[in-house]
Amino acid sequence: MPQFLLSVWHDEEYEVDFTTEEFQRVGQKVGAFNEELTEAGAWVFGAGLMPASSATVLRPSKEGVSMTDGPYAETKEQMGGFWIIEAPDMDTALDWAQRASNACEGPVELRPMQPEE
Amino acid sequence: MSDELDLAAVFRREAGRCTATLIRVLGDVDLAEDAVAEAFAIAAERWPETGIPPNPGGWITTTARNRAIDRLRRESTRKERHVAAQRLHEEDDDMDPDHARDLEALDDFVDVVADDQLRLMFLCCHPALAPDAQVAMTLRLLGGLEVPEIARAFLVPEATIAQRLVRAKRKLRDNHASYEVPRQAQLPDRLHVVLGALYLIFTEGHTASSGDALLRVDLSSEAIRVTRVLVELMPDEPEAVGLLALMLLTDARRPARLAADGSFVRLADQDRGRWDRTLIAEGHDLVRACLRRNQPGPFQIQAAIAAVHADAPVAEATDWSQIVALYDQLFALQPNEVVAVNRAVALAELRGPAAGLEQLDALDADRLDDYQPFHAARADLLVRAGRLEEAVRAYDRALALTTNPVERSFLSEQRRRAAP
Repeated sequence: MPQFLLSVWHDEEYEVDFTTEEFQRVGQKVGAFNEELTEAGAWVFGAGLMPASSATVLRPSKEGVSMTDGPYAETKEQMGGFWIIEAPDMDTALDWAQRASNACEGPVELRPMQPEE
Repeated sequence: MSDELDLAAVFRREAGRCTATLIRVLGDVDLAEDAVAEAFAIAAERWPETGIPPNPGGWITTTARNRAIDRLRRESTRKERHVAAQRLHEEDDDMDPDHARDLEALDDFVDVVADDQLRLMFLCCHPALAPDAQVAMTLRLLGGLEVPEIARAFLVPEATIAQRLVRAKRKLRDNHASYEVPRQAQLPDRLHVVLGALYLIFTEGHTASSGDALLRVDLSSEAIRVTRVLVELMPDEPEAVGLLALMLLTDARRPARLAADGSFVRLADQDRGRWDRTLIAEGHDLVRACLRRNQPGPFQIQAAIAAVHADAPVAEATDWSQIVALYDQLFALQPNEVVAVNRAVALAELRGPAAGLEQLDALDADRLDDYQPFHAARADLLVRAGRLEEAVRAYDRALALTTNPVERSFLSEQRRRAAP
């Protein structure tokens, strides 16, 4: 069955703090969404990411692989988490992405994964 | 010559249906498109001799299917093509489109054609595609227009349209878009997108400049044609009927919209004797039919407004209080600036330019700064209120936002008259 990546995007300054009311609420909604995915058999994997400032970028070169501190794309918007789901078609995937966006209270990007040959 | 014209008309009428069915059978938009094009080429060679067959759509679909099988057999190196070829072989062997028995056997295969066309409409107007891509897909696959025709209609380079189509088809394929009519729960939202794309095609045709009209496909007529098909397929959707009524009632005014010299004539100044009464009568019937259903929507209300205009034998006889009431209803459903501007213009007719200006000036001027109709409407009301200097400034802003040459010359003329 086709697989899709749902990525969650937010501002780079976004700090996860579960003591706030907002994160309690979002956390609960995301938990419920995860359950829906699992019950429907659509769940493949999902995780939230630590802040983008914790990232390291590695690049191959003749001298070996170099390292730079920070995320690859130096944009204000960074990926904060993702799901990989299975869905029979685009509309089903879009429906999940819509629910994901509601649960996270933010933008979600839907992208199909390359099929396994 | 007349034969050639007939062929073109048949092709355009049948293209959407044939492509729609072939996509389902072949499971691939590009394959279907190529196969239908090939079948049309064969028809163009044969039909002048044999005459147009009684069921041209069935003939084209069968021929296209046979050609697709041939091609798939030749080129079934790629896995997906192989799969598609397999599917075709399973259906049954080659059919002869000129053989009556085979044509009958074809019924099962072509009968669901109505559903196929709906599937194709929802695919072309998928909400995950940008509106300009939806429009290009609809005109190409459902309307059967060639890429150069679409490009000329929108005054953009052919490569732009070609690329838009390639990207859209690729996106749908990469995302495993299904070839289905949306589920009931999603249907209202999805239908709304389809109607929006069709209306976009219509308004593009309606506002297009007239100078090179002979070289351009008539987008308004294309939009009406595809919307008629949609209404046939979904007769119980009042908004689809409302959109068709709106298009017909607007198109009815077309003969009066331009003066002999090609300049634009305002609704109030149009020679209503030149309005197309047949279109108006049909539009009226449709509006009445929707109103009876009592499920008002934006297109139905706009159609009702157009119907009120059509009812007035002269501009002075227009029932503006009814039009303002309809705009109130529309604003309740769509509380946006565009509706508010139109409502203000109608209010000015009912209570005078000051009342209209008061409404316009209460709107968020920042958000409307790039909205040409706001400045054009405001300029007109300012003239009528005797505030000429402000009117000239408003015309300047409107002109800066107008690309259409017919509209430009109209506004320039109005500005010239207002300039103190």
